[in-house]
Amino acid sequence: MANKKLAIIATKGTLDWAYPPFILASTASALGYETQVFFTFYGLQLLKKKLNLKVSSLGNPGMPMPMRMDKWFPTLGAALPGMEGIMTFMMKQKMKAKGIASVEELRDVCIEADVKLIGCQMTADLFDFKRGDVIDGIDYGGASTFFEFAGDANVSLFI
Amino acid sequence: MADQELDARGLNCPLPILRAKKALNDMSSGQTLHIVASDPGSVKDFEAFAKQTGNELLESGENDGEFSFILKKA
Repeated sequence: MANKKLAIIATKGTLDWAYPPFILASTASALGYETQVFFTFYGLQLLKKKLNLKVSSLGNPGMPMPMRMDKWFPTLGAALPGMEGIMTFMMKQKMKAKGIASVEELRDVCIEADVKLIGCQMTADLFDFKRGDVIDGIDYGGASTFFEFAGDANVSLFI
Repeated sequence: MADQELDARGLNCPLPILRAKKALNDMSSGQTLHIVASDPGSVKDFEAFAKQTGNELLESGENDGEFSFILKKA
């Protein structure tokens, strides 16, 4: 049985949006898919050695907040200095309590399972990434690099 | 008795599947893995995992809010 292939483009660099690409890539690899993830724009943050991902309720009315803070502190409250840090802390606590994997853990599973992680060269140039900023074993490439794999992938996702 | 035990209680999607896959990697063909999980989503997920990987799901059951599975490595 030839391996199925999954190709993902990860474009977002917040804590909440870090989950879909790593959950899907790690699970796909467990199911026997050959998997490649292309990290572009803010998504390139997800390849940094030291992840410092945050979540914000600003501009996201769909995000539930503890203690009905979304009701008492609408948009303006979410814009207060320090709110992003508080939100991120609360979200991480909640995730831990519910047995949800950390982004680092899911990323490690991907690396162990030989999921190919590719950084966007153009983004690295744009945001002045240095070689040592990202985890080891990352190849850089461009749109053609993505299509070389995605061209015959069974599933392609833009996240 | 299964050949291997995996306690996946308290873990949420997709960790039970990922841990099971990891355990299966170190086992040989025909051996069985017994998994206990608390994530209700794991019932459908282990069915789907078995179907797609060829590892056979010998048993799937619930007892007191805990879910129990036995997988036979292909």
